[in-house]
Amino acid sequence: MEEVLSKEAVARAVYGAIRECAVTLRPDFRAAVERAREEASCQERAGGVSTADPRPGGAPSASRAAGVLDRILENAAIAAADGVPLCQDTGSVWVCLEVGEALMVPGDVLSGVNGAVARAYEDGRLRMSLVRDALFDRANTGDNTPAFCEVRFVPGADATLHVLLKGGGSDNASRVVMLPPGAGAAGVREVVLDCVREKAANACPPLVIGLGVGATFDKVAGLAKHALLREVGSPAASDAAAAFEEELLAEVNALCVGPAALGGLPTAVAVHVETAPCHIAALPVAVNMGCCAMRSASVPLVRDGRAVHCG
Amino acid sequence: MGRIVSLSLPLSREDVAELRAGDEVLLSGPVYTMRDAGHERALQCLEETGELPFGLAGATLFYAGPTPSAAGRPLGSVGPTTASRMDFATPQLFAAGIVAAIGKGKRSPAVVEACRETGSVYLCTVGGVAALLAKAVVASEMVGWDDLGTEALRRLTLVDFPCYVAVDACGRDLYREIEAAASSMA
Repeated sequence: MEEVLSKEAVARAVYGAIRECAVTLRPDFRAAVERAREEASCQERAGGVSTADPRPGGAPSASRAAGVLDRILENAAIAAADGVPLCQDTGSVWVCLEVGEALMVPGDVLSGVNGAVARAYEDGRLRMSLVRDALFDRANTGDNTPAFCEVRFVPGADATLHVLLKGGGSDNASRVVMLPPGAGAAGVREVVLDCVREKAANACPPLVIGLGVGATFDKVAGLAKHALLREVGSPAASDAAAAFEEELLAEVNALCVGPAALGGLPTAVAVHVETAPCHIAALPVAVNMGCCAMRSASVPLVRDGRAVHCG
Repeated sequence: MGRIVSLSLPLSREDVAELRAGDEVLLSGPVYTMRDAGHERALQCLEETGELPFGLAGATLFYAGPTPSAAGRPLGSVGPTTASRMDFATPQLFAAGIVAAIGKGKRSPAVVEACRETGSVYLCTVGGVAALLAKAVVASEMVGWDDLGTEALRRLTLVDFPCYVAVDACGRDLYREIEAAASSMA
């Protein structure tokens, strides 16, 4: 079988995705912020929460929330117009190459990724935010490498490259918890709500909350990270997952952490859950926070066995 | 409504004493960027010499690591990093003369107490909007620790840089008041 996926094609796609993502608020997230801003205006017009709301700290939370949402949208416009990063934390680079089982992949398919990362961060005047070793050598690597990469095999004959620029603050606000199976859905719910109560203020809300449930200790965090890639507003994997996501989103927003954690609505625009099989003794749970500078791209590289030629 | 207060930097303790948690402030003048690695060095200097490095007494710190200059501006993007990571050093830096710090997110009870004891203030600004905030920075100069890259100590000159008073000099904490109000409604 012919190889349709080369390391050069992957490197080109990584470079292009980083340059684009760094200066572009993900369109589905931006639309969700616009909807939230519109809802805030409706509430103000209805007189529900504005002047009569004696919140502490002086300014009513609702007007502060609307102001923060305005700034998020204005920031996206400035970043796009001027070609400057949305956030000064231009992230670590997370790459997932999703490959159809009908395709042949060369073993060195990811070997051009770090070179592409270094060029994109230099050319894009992005921030170099990685150190050589977490514990023993915290000197900056100087070129934002290495990227954190994985290959995932899926049914079919397509290949897609997912690139996520992940900020440190929102990843720090994330967690993995190994629950006993008896904790059930209520236990999973408590993990999410505790994480939001304790850490959302550091994660730059409004958030997309990625929730992984199942698999193993190491894999559950990957489920939560993958959940962040799903388009905001797109359908969940099942009716049960959709109902759980809706319920969790309502409960998260009832905490009124709010945009920039200054109160009001929304704390999150979406909760996305990915579930998997697991051991009879286990109920692994991971929460991965996605910040208000949501930056990811999913680039098609192969469709029906044919290479996609993009820009 | 909370007030909107325009302030010139450097701030005096008297300026700071006027501020109340929840006030929106527009800062103009010099601030100094310092993050995790810088805090370790500042603390080390303080322990060795009894003084803040680079004559920082009276200064306002900004917990930030900017991106390089771009679009004709001295910094492409700059915004707050998580303030709680600096909690280990903040009480000592406030006691040694730092008047205010800008970051995002909640602080430890020890930092809130240090604000009250020393008459200092913690200001928060919005995370994730660094292209917008960079428009309020008109100059950036390297002051020291340039081996730290983005974590180096830089003097930024701000014009009408928007913040909120998160912990005031009386020890009132905006984040905790918002939390308490939300849980009382639940």
